[in-house]
Amino acid sequence: MYEFEFAKPTTIAEAQAALKNEDAQALGGGQTLLPTMKQRLAAPSVLVSLTGIAEMKGICTGDDGALCIGGGTTHADVARGVADTFPALADLAGHIGDPAVRNRGTIGGSLANNDPSACYPAAVLGTGATIKTPDRAIAADDFFEGMFATALEEGEIVTEVQFPVPLRARYEKFVQPASRFALVGVFVAQYAEGVRVAVTGASSDGVFRWTDAEAALSARFEASALDGLSPPEGDMISDLHGSGDYRAHLVKVMTARAVTAAG
Amino acid sequence: MTQVTLTVNGTPVSGDVEGRTLLSAFLRDHLNLTGTHVGCDTSQCGACVVHVDGQTAKSCSVLVMDVDGAEIRTIEGMAEADGSLSPIQQAFKDHHGLQCGFCTPGMIMSAAALLKENPKPTEAEVRAYLEGNLCRCTGYHNIVKAILAASGQDVSSIAAE
Repeated sequence: MYEFEFAKPTTIAEAQAALKNEDAQALGGGQTLLPTMKQRLAAPSVLVSLTGIAEMKGICTGDDGALCIGGGTTHADVARGVADTFPALADLAGHIGDPAVRNRGTIGGSLANNDPSACYPAAVLGTGATIKTPDRAIAADDFFEGMFATALEEGEIVTEVQFPVPLRARYEKFVQPASRFALVGVFVAQYAEGVRVAVTGASSDGVFRWTDAEAALSARFEASALDGLSPPEGDMISDLHGSGDYRAHLVKVMTARAVTAAG
Repeated sequence: MTQVTLTVNGTPVSGDVEGRTLLSAFLRDHLNLTGTHVGCDTSQCGACVVHVDGQTAKSCSVLVMDVDGAEIRTIEGMAEADGSLSPIQQAFKDHHGLQCGFCTPGMIMSAAALLKENPKPTEAEVRAYLEGNLCRCTGYHNIVKAILAASGQDVSSIAAE
């Protein structure tokens, strides 16, 4: 990789200042960005590590009952930290990548990257979570803007994610056997107001909500409620791992499994 | 160049590094601790796994400046104080848990982390934990067996030797 200047701020304010440099780039756990830089697909002049910012790490429950997770919290810490309060999210976090990757990778980094096959975007969109940055709060429905694209401005970082805890929820992923990324992953969450269904891995537009399934499951929260539905339409990813039709079919299968497992 | 100071296998070390210097490169090229292997260099194969403050990390995907001040443990720090093999290393030897040996340092470091977290794992738990450690020789069978044996469990019913 090309040489860069390394900065490791200890506060969000210092990080914001460092990220004002031209071609500065925030570094979360580095599990995606560093391999990308080795390929010379990214070449920041200043790399601003967020791993030293204590105020961006940890898990708490807000006044409104929402679960607040610092943007710098690792997948491993989420898997351990929300096992009792939000088991579906703990299960999702505990199956990202592999143990060593989970010890470094962070929720904020995953969301900012918005890989079309990443797991966290499904949980965030599937719960209608709120993404906090130093200056604003972004609703999940406004955050994801297609493959590797988000509403984040240049230099803007994810400091916290607030999840409304569902009554029942489950994430089911069909792993691509070599990469362990989601070939298709579906997050289903039931709230008093209705059900949300978010799909990752399937669409070339990245994570999306399957609104037909949401309506059917809001009326009746059983896998059989999906029986009459056509698979979601849209620009499905088609590659050597699976055709678009196959992925669309898997969306329905994984949604049904998630509903059944959510019990 | 910037100076970093770490504790590696209990010994304080320091060196002048660039921003882009990886932890794996620092261990191998600056400290000559070549037991940490670099296989894929893309954080997939796990041959470079070391412990950073007690947790596994793929050292090819960690910048050494990002872990300045950390405690690092590598395969060179796994043997007992008298130089004899640790129980996990001995189990790999006893159960033929390696062939070419390239993946072995990462396997041992991951196994040590697993047994610290989960002292009596099931076979399925061992296999799941090794998802990020690739071995192209053994088919994993004897690696899994060695780790189960190192955890003190009876492996006599596991067939292949």
